[in-house]
Amino acid sequence: MQDDILSQILKNRAAKRPFVLATNLTTGIQTIFYPSENNDLSSLDEMSREALVADQGRIVETDEGQVFLNVFNPPLRLAVVGAVHIAQPLVQIARLANYDVTVIDPRRAFASAERFPGIALSHDWPDEALVAFRPDRRSAVVTLTHDPKLDDPALVEALKSDAFYIGALGSRKTHGKRLDRLKEAGFSDADCARIHGPVGLSIGAKSPAEIAVSIVAQITAVLREAGSRAKAETPA
Amino acid sequence: MTDLTAPGDLPSFDDRDQILAQVARWRAEGRAAALATVVATWGSAPRPVGSQLAVDAEGAMVGSVSGGCVEGAVVAEARDAMADGKPRLLTFGVSDAEAWQVGLACGGTIQVFVERIA
Repeated sequence: MQDDILSQILKNRAAKRPFVLATNLTTGIQTIFYPSENNDLSSLDEMSREALVADQGRIVETDEGQVFLNVFNPPLRLAVVGAVHIAQPLVQIARLANYDVTVIDPRRAFASAERFPGIALSHDWPDEALVAFRPDRRSAVVTLTHDPKLDDPALVEALKSDAFYIGALGSRKTHGKRLDRLKEAGFSDADCARIHGPVGLSIGAKSPAEIAVSIVAQITAVLREAGSRAKAETPA
Repeated sequence: MTDLTAPGDLPSFDDRDQILAQVARWRAEGRAAALATVVATWGSAPRPVGSQLAVDAEGAMVGSVSGGCVEGAVVAEARDAMADGKPRLLTFGVSDAEAWQVGLACGGTIQVFVERIA
C-alpha cells in the first residue's frame, strides 16, 4: 500500500465517505472506488457497489487476476429520541459498538451537552429532527420519552424511512395503545410490526445501563441476523 | 480505553480506523510498516473478512487477523514483506503445517494478504 493511498483512506473515513479499496492479490496494485458517487459503472465499479451494499468484502475474478474488495462504509447511525436517563448509558454503549449517535429532545434541560458530552444533539421537534437525520438502511431509531406527543411523530417518520431498526420504550399496554394510534394514522399491521416494543431483548434488565445493553443487543441481533431471531425474542 | 467524554470529534471505535491511523503515525515517524488483511475465510473463522493487523519494523503490532492463532506467522511474513517489498497471500487452515504448529483451534481456514506500506 502506498502512503498516498493510506492518506486518502484516512481522509475518506474522516469525511464518512463510502468507498471500496480494490487490491490485486498478485501485484498488490490498489485502486479506491466510490461506486455510490458514480453512475457510469465499469465491472469492477459494479462489483464494488454490490460489496458496499452488502457491507461485505470479497475476492472477485478480473482480467488482471484476483482482486480483493475491502468495503469501507461509514459508521452505522442511531437516533435516540428522548434525552432521558436511559439515553445516557445507551449513547455510551452504542458509541462503543461504533454507532454515530444523535440525541433528539426539544427539552433543552434534558438534551444538554453536560448530560451528553460530545454527542450530536437536536432540540427540534422529533418529526422535524428525524427528517433532518434522514434515517437510511444503516440507521436505527429508538424512542425513549414515553410521551406520545414526542414519541409518535418520531415513529411516524421512522416508519416512512428505510431504518433497519425501530424500537420504542414502554410497557406492553403503552405499546398497544401506541400501535392503535399509529393504525388510526393509517399505518398497516406490517408497518407496526417493524417497531420493537417493548424495546430491547428480554434479559430481565432493570437499571438504565442494563436496559441500554438489551437495546443495543437487540439492534445488533436485527442487524446481524436479519431480524428473525431478534423479533422472536422480543417480549410479546 | 478512549475517553468517551471528550468533546468535539469523537474517536472511531472501528478497529480498522484505529489500525490505519497507527500505521499513518508510524509512517510519519519514518518507520517501516506492513499491513495484513483477512481477504477470505472458510468454515469457522475467528475474524471476518476485512479484519486487519499492522506491524512495524520493531515488531510493534495493532489489530488482529485471528484469535491469536496465526499472528506470529503473519508477523514473520510482514517483516519479510517490509524487507523485500513484495506482497504475500497466505493461507492458514487445519491442514496447514504451520497453522497446526501455531494452532488454528477453530478448525477454519483463512487467507491473509500481507503488504508493505511505502
